[in-house]
Amino acid sequence: MAPAITVENLRKVYGDLVAVDSVAFEVHEGEIFGMVGPNGAGKTTTIECIEGLRRPDGGNAQVLGMNPQRDGYELREHIGVQLQEATLPDRIKVWEALDLFAAFYRKSVDWHPLLEQLGLAEKHNASFGKLSGGQKQRLFIALALLNDPELIFLDELTTGLDPQARRAMWDLVRNIRQQGKTVFLTTHFMEEAERLCDRVAIIDHGKIVALDTPENLINSLGAENRVVFSLTGRLDEELLRAIPDVTRVEQVGERVVVYGQGDGLVSGVVNALGAGSVRFRDLHTEQPTLEDVFLALTGREMRD
Amino acid sequence: MRGLWKLTLMEAKLFLREPFAAFFTLAFPLMMLFIFGSIYGNEPTPFFNGRGSVDVSVPRYMAMIIASVGMLSIAITLSVYRERGVLRRYRATPLRPQTILTATVLVNFAMTSLGIVLLVIAAKIIYNLHFDGNPLAVLAGFVLACLSFFSLGFIIAGLAPTARVAQVVGMVIFYPMLFLSGAGFPREAFPETIRSLSKFLPLTHVVTLLEGLWFGDLWGSHLTEVVVLGGMLIAGVIVATRTFRWE
Repeated sequence: MAPAITVENLRKVYGDLVAVDSVAFEVHEGEIFGMVGPNGAGKTTTIECIEGLRRPDGGNAQVLGMNPQRDGYELREHIGVQLQEATLPDRIKVWEALDLFAAFYRKSVDWHPLLEQLGLAEKHNASFGKLSGGQKQRLFIALALLNDPELIFLDELTTGLDPQARRAMWDLVRNIRQQGKTVFLTTHFMEEAERLCDRVAIIDHGKIVALDTPENLINSLGAENRVVFSLTGRLDEELLRAIPDVTRVEQVGERVVVYGQGDGLVSGVVNALGAGSVRFRDLHTEQPTLEDVFLALTGREMRD
Repeated sequence: MRGLWKLTLMEAKLFLREPFAAFFTLAFPLMMLFIFGSIYGNEPTPFFNGRGSVDVSVPRYMAMIIASVGMLSIAITLSVYRERGVLRRYRATPLRPQTILTATVLVNFAMTSLGIVLLVIAAKIIYNLHFDGNPLAVLAGFVLACLSFFSLGFIIAGLAPTARVAQVVGMVIFYPMLFLSGAGFPREAFPETIRSLSKFLPLTHVVTLLEGLWFGDLWGSHLTEVVVLGGMLIAGVIVATRTFRWE
């Protein structure tokens, strides 16, 4: 099966700034592919070159077998696009926007079921300017689905949404994939990439620094799991160091962090604490996340 | 074609929902008609060379509507659409830029025509408006004036870096021109200096052309106006196509 997107050596320069530098990747049909990185890393420039909205200074992109620069209008018949910075006239109504955009495509689906699916049925007669941020984003997704696209681009879909709306949006994206569509999304939320994407490309300063499934990326770190708890009594650290899975123990005040690997870590720690009659509370585990992967690869924290 | 039709229809609805544009195009000319009509009536007067005040004012108000649509409505709408990202959203579809430009011209032409039809009907019913020209000649003059002033709007939108600048530039050109061209104020009352300055304003040529055609002049006697407005149109199309930007 041919990949939905093939990008080779993509390069885009703004003045002195190399926004996208030798970026290469493939997006497989039917997957949710995420590009994550801090703001300004080059995500939007990359996605807009692939959509044919920006002209790259070098490299190739092949999207659904088409060249986005040469076949831009034809390509946009087959893709759905949600842009990071776009809007509609304030006084256009939800149904009017759908009706209007449907007319821009040779082939479009009935938009009434889309309104239902995206939870906009009650708002169908509301003006765009009166919608909440989440409602606007859902309308933009509806617009991106009007032409029944094989491939849909979502650029910073959940930026500016509250956690609840963000989770609802994730369900929507999974739903889109379930209909057999390919999803290419960008985000600067590592958690979003981890929960939502089949494969993730981590981009920083215009370069892809890692590309794999979130699970493989995290495993590749060889990072340790952590068991964290608070002491209410006294602790002999040797008790914990004696557990085979434990690599080290840190104690700051009453907070204790036990580092280690292997499936027996948690039960080992709990059993040892029980056997030693150590009084503790708030015990929980922390797994490494994509956030840790980014930190390990770039030496920097992700910042919002 | 379906895209063009839907976009034109939608933009027409949005135009009518926008109080500022709808007011200046549809209501303001009627207000002027009623205010000055109630003061001066439409009896022939030597001040207007033996014509009635309303008869002379209607073709001039036509010029006013055309100018306000071109320099305010088109310039502001297009630059706001660009600045706010409406054009960006359109661009992510197969919609062509020429479809957007065509729809913009069509809808603004329709709204200008609507404003003028309302004005003429009201003037006819209330003040027994007189018309001595050839309807087709006036229609042709109206189309030429619209296109040349719309192109001015495209130039302002294309060259202005922000929507705010487009709005200010549009107003700064529009308001003085409205009064100094005779479109919004009787030019018979101008002193000589203003009258000579007035000759250099594009809107003066619209006023002269439409007023002349309204009272039965032939196109041949208005070659200056036709050349000026035609030149503006050509320059406008060239500048507008070169300066059109999606964002």
